[in-house]
Amino acid sequence: MAVPTALKLTPLNAVHHRLGARMVDFGGWEMPVQYSGIIDEHNAVRNAVGVFDVSHMGEIEIHGPEALALIDFVSTNSAAKLTPGKIQYAGLLYDHGGFVDDILVHRVSADHFFLCVNASNQEKDYEHIRDANRWQAEVDFASDRYAQIAIQGPKALATLQKLTTTNLGAVRYYNFVDGEAAGIPARIARTGYTGEDGFEIYIDPAAAEKAWDEVLRAGAEFGAKPCGLGARNTLRLEAAMALYGHEIHASITPFEAGLDWIVKMEKDGFLGRGALERQRQAGVRRKLVGFEMRGRGIARDGYEVFIGGSPAGWVTSGGPSPTLNKNIGLCYLPIQLAAIGQPIQILIRGQLVDAVTIPIPFYKRAK
Amino acid sequence: MVPEQLRYTKEHEWVGLEGDIATVGITDHAQQELGDIVYVEMPKVGTAVEKGKTLGSVESVKAVSDIYSPVSGEVVEVNEKLADAPEKINQEPYGEAWLVKIHVSAPAEVSDLLSAAEYESYIAAEK
Repeated sequence: MAVPTALKLTPLNAVHHRLGARMVDFGGWEMPVQYSGIIDEHNAVRNAVGVFDVSHMGEIEIHGPEALALIDFVSTNSAAKLTPGKIQYAGLLYDHGGFVDDILVHRVSADHFFLCVNASNQEKDYEHIRDANRWQAEVDFASDRYAQIAIQGPKALATLQKLTTTNLGAVRYYNFVDGEAAGIPARIARTGYTGEDGFEIYIDPAAAEKAWDEVLRAGAEFGAKPCGLGARNTLRLEAAMALYGHEIHASITPFEAGLDWIVKMEKDGFLGRGALERQRQAGVRRKLVGFEMRGRGIARDGYEVFIGGSPAGWVTSGGPSPTLNKNIGLCYLPIQLAAIGQPIQILIRGQLVDAVTIPIPFYKRAK
Repeated sequence: MVPEQLRYTKEHEWVGLEGDIATVGITDHAQQELGDIVYVEMPKVGTAVEKGKTLGSVESVKAVSDIYSPVSGEVVEVNEKLADAPEKINQEPYGEAWLVKIHVSAPAEVSDLLSAAEYESYIAAEK
């Protein structure tokens, strides 16, 4: 008999229960999947503001004069180009070019980097970075020191601005400042995973409940809602943002995932570069594309994709799009069949249902 | 609140029997567990169904769930309104949002199903 392992809890766990959230096991974490309903929460983020507990995400800090050398070796992106206060999306790759994880690299100072990594990958990432550390950089597993709250939506700035003296309008997208929110020291980053404007704040777990309550109170006049992982997934899918374990994993390279822009091949050496160079020479053979259903049915992760009666690929994520009011998805297809407008069929519970490839992102906010 | 006059399954379907026609739906508990329902797949009229076998499916934003036939018989009517308004299942699971009507071949099967009181204690124990 398998011994059930206790789920890990975020510092906001009791708050979610009190709010009546539906809780699920998400990669070993007990997390809220929804409060008022996925569509309602999704719409709150698109039209006003939503608040997410993302404290399950991991944090790794890298210090020392050689911190940059280590980061630049493990990251596909160019950490050297980051000035303090700036953030980069990047891949951590294996030598064979597949993803260990996708991460956000924050440069705190010349010799201090702060990484935000996926919850279920945090231990693996830490080991991966430590193993790659042939410099004197100090790699510090910091997840226990941070709670993370995401405030997302067109009213995110107005909500958070009520709680901080930092001029949030001056913090540009993919920039951060160390300031205060609700009287709590906070790393305030203008990032998110929803396709909307918004902020992600990193705070002391002991203060998480106070911060959560104050953010929701500040946003009440705009209709702020607590949002769960269900809405987080429909929002990121509309924005066609990759989810580890779905669009990207150990057998997928950034070129296949359409993430060429986070790979800086001109950088001298970095983990996975050789494999990517070989793939580029040989030609990338499959590509991530978006599709919408034409027939009735919803494509889900792992469903097979057919073209002209033959298996051609697989769905990585799929579901209804509350904003666009259609059923959408992402799939891998052979590169020669990956053009926009390609008719495809999805095998849904034994039936082939028509779909067609369309441009991604499915949703883009008005600037 | 579980309607008294209906019968229930442990898979959270309900059955209302009038003569030899069974109206089938999913319970309020089921719709709450599923969340926002966005798609319903039901058999065609004339399909023979068997108690305990898959009748169709309902999909929420997150996932797809099978619906099992609580009785054996033949599908005589499908609630076509749900195709364009699946969210009705969230709003009126016991009313307008019935799924199918089945001409039952063995009406005794219905009395084997859970009573309202039995179903209520079943879902209370499940929590």
